[in-house]
Amino acid sequence: MKRDAIRDIAAVPVRRKPRKLTPARIGVYGFLVMAALFFLVPLYVMLVTSVKPMDEIRLGNLFALPASPTLAPWRSAWQTACTGLECEGIRGGFWNSVRITLPSMVLSIAVGAVNGYALSFWRPRGANALFAVLMMGAFIPGQVMLYPLVRALAAVDLYSTLPGIVLVHVIFGMPMMTLLFRNYYASLPEELFKAARVDGGSFWRIFLELMLPMSTPVIVVAAIMQVTNIWNDFLLGLVFAGSDNLPMTVQLNNIINTTTGERLYNVNMAATILTSLVPLALYFLSGRWFVRGIAAGAVKG
Amino acid sequence: MVAARASRTRSRAACWSAYIALLPMVLTVLGAYVGTMLWTARVSVSSARIFPTGDFVGIGQYERLFRNARWLLSLENLAVYGVLFIAGSLVLGFLLAVFIDQKVMGEGTLRTVFLYPYAMSFVATGLVWQWILNPELGIQRVARQLGFEDFTFGWIVDQDKALYTIVLATVWQASGLVMALLLSGLRGIDDELWKAARIDGIPVWRVYINIVLPLLWPALSTALILLFALVVKLFDAVVAMTQGGPGTATEVPAKFIMDYLFGRANIGLASAASIVLLTTVVAIVAPLYYARARAVQRGLK
Repeated sequence: MKRDAIRDIAAVPVRRKPRKLTPARIGVYGFLVMAALFFLVPLYVMLVTSVKPMDEIRLGNLFALPASPTLAPWRSAWQTACTGLECEGIRGGFWNSVRITLPSMVLSIAVGAVNGYALSFWRPRGANALFAVLMMGAFIPGQVMLYPLVRALAAVDLYSTLPGIVLVHVIFGMPMMTLLFRNYYASLPEELFKAARVDGGSFWRIFLELMLPMSTPVIVVAAIMQVTNIWNDFLLGLVFAGSDNLPMTVQLNNIINTTTGERLYNVNMAATILTSLVPLALYFLSGRWFVRGIAAGAVKG
Repeated sequence: MVAARASRTRSRAACWSAYIALLPMVLTVLGAYVGTMLWTARVSVSSARIFPTGDFVGIGQYERLFRNARWLLSLENLAVYGVLFIAGSLVLGFLLAVFIDQKVMGEGTLRTVFLYPYAMSFVATGLVWQWILNPELGIQRVARQLGFEDFTFGWIVDQDKALYTIVLATVWQASGLVMALLLSGLRGIDDELWKAARIDGIPVWRVYINIVLPLLWPALSTALILLFALVVKLFDAVVAMTQGGPGTATEVPAKFIMDYLFGRANIGLASAASIVLLTTVVAIVAPLYYARARAVQRGLK
C-alpha cells in the first residue's frame, strides 16, 4: 500500500518558476487552454441553458449567452417538473438523497472504522483471510449481487425501504471504508495501543477514547468519498430504494427521459445542476481532501 | 500469577469483543459476497424465469446466452467501448499530467478544471452530453448557424457511431482522475533523472516514452484497474445518454442483465450473464492486480 502516494497527490506542490516565452511554452499553454475549454464547455452549456427561456433555446445557439435570463426554469425544476407520474419537481429527490446519504455515510464510516481498528490492532484469527475476501468483493460486478440481495431484503421486509437502501450502501461501501481505516490505523505507532492495553483499556474503550479522536483526518476523507459515491449512485437507488425514496439521480433521469410533449431543456439542465450541486460544492470547498479521498479510493490494496 | 491470569482473561474477553466487532464484516462477506455469488451461480444452471427454481439444466442458460444476438452485441460493444475508453482516458490523462507538470501558471486552477467532472454522477454527465451532441439543438446546429450548412454531427443518433459518444462523455469525466494519479507519479520522479537525460542530450519525448512511462507503472496500473472497474459497471451513462439505442447500438452487459432481471423476468439467463461478467473481471483484474502488487513491492525495496 502506497500511503505516500496518496499524500503526494493531495499535496502536489504548485511549482512556480517563470520562464521565457518560447514556441514550446506557447504550445504547452495552447494545449492546456484547449483542454480546459473542452472540460468547461458542458458546465457552461448547462449554466447558460438553465437560465434561458424556451423560445431562446428553440431559436438560438447552444453557446450563446442568454438574452433575457430567467430563474423560472430553476423554480420549475425544483417545484413542478414531472418525475414520472408526479409533478412536484426534484426537491423530493433531493431530500430522499439526503435521507439516504447521511445515515449510509455515518454507518459505513462507523463499520469501516471498527473493522479497520480490529484488523490492524487486534488481528483476531482468520481476520486477514476475511479481509482478503472483502477486498476481492470490491471487484465483483454489482449485477452478480443485485437479485439475491433483492430477495434477501424482501425476505426481511426491507426491500424498497429507507433502511434497506442504507444497508445496501453500507455493504457496497464496506471494502473501501475498511481498507481506508485499516491503512490509517496501521500507520499509527503500535506502542500507543500497547500502552493503552497495559493500562487495562478494553476493546471498545481504546477505540472510543483513543483511536477515534485521532481519526479525524481519515474520517473527513471517508465522509467525502461516501457522500460523493452515495449521492451519485444510480443503480442501487433504482433497484433498492423503492418509489417513496428514489434518490435525486433516478428522479433526474426520469424527468429527462420520460417526459411526454415538448422537452424543456432549460428545466432539464437546471435539474441536472441541482443534482450535481452537492458533490460539486463538496469538491470545490474541500479541494485537496476530495482529491485525497478519490486517490485513496483508487489505490486499492 | 493472579495478575497474569487476570490479564489473560482480559485479553480473551477483549478478543471476543474483536470477533463481535467484526460481525458486520463477516455477515457481509459471507452473505453479500460469497452467498450472492453462489446463489447466482446456482440460478444460472437452473431454468428459473420469474422465480428461482431448484432444477438443474446444466449449461443450458449459457448456451442460450451465447446464442442471444443482443448479448453478443453487448459484449462486443463493451469490448470496443472498454478499449477506447481506457486508451482515451489514459492518453488524455497522461498528456494533461505531462503538460501541467511543465511548471505552468495557474496549475491549481487547471487541476480543478480537469478534475471537476469526476465529482458529478454519470447520469448527470450523460445527460449533459446528450444535449450537446443532439443534432437538433447541439453542436450540429451551432455549426450550421455559423454558415456550415451541410455540417452533420449526428453520432448520437447514428447506429454505427452512438457508442463513440458514450466514450467521449465518459473520457471527459474520468481523464481528470487519471491526470491526478499520474501527476503524483510524475512528481515522484527524481529531478536528477531529468538533469542526467539533458546532459546526455536525450530528446524530452524519448525520456518520457523510455524512462518516465516505465517509472509510472504503479500509478498507471492503479489507473488501469480503476478504469477497468468503470468499464464493467458501465450502465448509468448509457441509460442517461442513449438508453441502449438507437436500436440496440449501445447495449452493454450491465444493461442486458438489468433488463432480463427486472424487465423481462428471465433470472436464469441474467444470472448466467452475471457469472460470465464476473469470470471476465476476475480473468482481467487478477493478473493486473498481481503485476501492480509486484511493482509496488519492488518500488518499496
